[in-house]
Amino acid sequence: MTNWKVILSIAKTHLLSKMKSTVTASLGVTFGIGAYITLVSFMTGLNKMLDDLVLNQTPHIHLYNEIEPSKTQPISRLAEFEGAFNVVHSIKPKMSQQKIHNALPMMHYLNADPRVRGASPQLRAQIFYLSGSIELGGSLVGVDILEEARLYNMRDYIVQGSAEALKNTDNGILLGAGLAKKMSLDLGDRVQISTVDGTVTPLKIVGIYQSGIAEIDNVRSFSNLKTVQRIQGEAENYVTDINVKLYDIAQAVPMASALEKQFGIKATDIQEANAQFETGSNIRNIITYAVSITLLIVAGFGIYNILSMLIYEKMNDIAILKATGFSGKDVQYIFMSQALLIGLVGGLVGLIVGYILSRLIDKVPFETDALPTITTYPVNFNMGYYLIGITFAFISTFIAGYLPSKKAKKIDPVRIIRGN
Amino acid sequence: MTAMANVLEAKHINKHFRKPVDFHVLKDINFRVARGEFASIMGKSGCGKSTLLYILSTMDTDYEGELYLNDQLVSGLPHEALSKIRNQHIGFVFQFHYLLTEFTVLENVMLPARKLGRKSTEEIEHDAMQHLKTLNIEKLARKTASRISGGEKQRVAIARALINDPDILMGDEPTGNLDSYNAENVFQIFKGLKEEKGLSLLVVTHDQDFADRTDRIIIMEDGRVLP
Ligand SMILES: Nc1ncnc2c1ncn2[C@@H]1O[C@H](COP(=O)(O)OP(=O)(O)O)[C@@H](O)[C@H]1O
Ligand SMILES: [Mg+2]
Repeated sequence: MTNWKVILSIAKTHLLSKMKSTVTASLGVTFGIGAYITLVSFMTGLNKMLDDLVLNQTPHIHLYNEIEPSKTQPISRLAEFEGAFNVVHSIKPKMSQQKIHNALPMMHYLNADPRVRGASPQLRAQIFYLSGSIELGGSLVGVDILEEARLYNMRDYIVQGSAEALKNTDNGILLGAGLAKKMSLDLGDRVQISTVDGTVTPLKIVGIYQSGIAEIDNVRSFSNLKTVQRIQGEAENYVTDINVKLYDIAQAVPMASALEKQFGIKATDIQEANAQFETGSNIRNIITYAVSITLLIVAGFGIYNILSMLIYEKMNDIAILKATGFSGKDVQYIFMSQALLIGLVGGLVGLIVGYILSRLIDKVPFETDALPTITTYPVNFNMGYYLIGITFAFISTFIAGYLPSKKAKKIDPVRIIRGN
Repeated sequence: MTAMANVLEAKHINKHFRKPVDFHVLKDINFRVARGEFASIMGKSGCGKSTLLYILSTMDTDYEGELYLNDQLVSGLPHEALSKIRNQHIGFVFQFHYLLTEFTVLENVMLPARKLGRKSTEEIEHDAMQHLKTLNIEKLARKTASRISGGEKQRVAIARALINDPDILMGDEPTGNLDSYNAENVFQIFKGLKEEKGLSLLVVTHDQDFADRTDRIIIMEDGRVLP
């Protein structure tokens, strides 16, 4: 039977009478936890922002026809050469169309699937932007703009004009921000575009599109699907890409491979498309935890030292407590409680310090052309990190307090009493 | 004599110190303390009195032989159980090491009772004040233990030893560090406890005058109790 009330009151008296050491030890924990909260909030805020930047614009599954050489060369089909070792030089890609066969029924099928949030058609056309005598190579993507807005937060990236304006303008274009800058064009101006075979069409600029990724903004513009089909001289079922957004991103991998088999089409899933991206997030997380754990280990050594010293100073108290009926366990609990109280107080103050610092960072202006929707540094306020923080504080102080308190438990009162 | 007549009984107690060399410090110790008896132990310095007292108080478990408290064998019990016995049945007063210096006098006296946990904090505080009154130091209750004189400390230690109404009070030269006035004071307190409350006492002393006025003197020589 452990009498916690007495144990805690003894622990409290010890801590209060050694205010300086207590404050020093607590500050160590405060520092570790405060740094953890600040770092993790900022780093995950940054991760989330970069994730959103890519994830919002990236379909979970992208369906298209890949230009690649035929897997079976004609010679292999000949019965006479079966089992022979055929060498074919200078293989060229198969002449195939980029058009997705039966795109419209496929989209109906996908939109009926309960796992699918939406499947939207695209027609990607290689074109030239004409500006005086200069021709800028680029692409024009024909889209169902309202679906793009619904599924991929397109509105966040239309920095001037609107999605509706494009929908309602027959020959409208959402011009890439980099292109607009290069050609000194503005909302309401007209831009001439030329298809690969030389047909020139004027389009009215009804919006400026800025994704934040320069490589995209310098080449890509958007228009209505119908407009691009007309410019290309194609029928209304001509679609080169289908983008699928799911309710659950985890379904992307199995679904992509199923669709590939079912429709005989190339289907890339988001994990495949953003493999390197994950690595960046992971490295930021590793840095956060490495720094925080290092600080906590330093704090832990501080607590270990202070408790060891305290136990040395309190030998007489320990002997008296044991002589008057406190067990070794009671004595161990007294010193463990001191360590954990330091962890609790230092940890809670650390959470508060971390919160205040995060709030401050959240207020610091952060404006960049690359990120049109961001005005201050991104910070992620997540209760979970505060729980992890206080758990960290307890674990590190528990480990730091364990050995010294174990020593206190084993102290033989007779040796101390004899010592005088 | 009834079975409960003895508070304490030692049977064939032997103890060796093995370091630095083997040293047979206690040799076949046999004796009893009857209920309500005030016994004193005398003997030259180094003859083993303190060593014996640490064994009798259950703090030292490294010995051979049998120790009975209220006719119950306590030798070989686990540490947890011995702590409980010390807390409940034995009061101990040392020559040094009186008190927890950062706690008040009252807190010091209350601690063993709070550990026992049988009474509410209010009751314990009331009892502690009663003991302090009996010992004439109730005015010191709220003082920090490090701020009082040696004689006062010894009386606080006695109050603490009495807080759980022990069966026996043991003292290792409790007056050895006091002037004759304070030593006499402590003797009178012990005598009063025996006469008024029927408390059993076993006190190691160097003071012949002190020992002469106890019920019985146990004399030790070279690790033996003289007959
Ligand atoms: N830890 C120890 N190791 C070895 N010898 C010890 C130890 N403690 C005490 N002694 C020796 O045991 C003998 C008895 O000591 P003690 O019981 O303190 O004597 P007393 O209290 O009668 O003066 C002394 O000779 C002392 O030096
Ligand atoms: Mg001695």
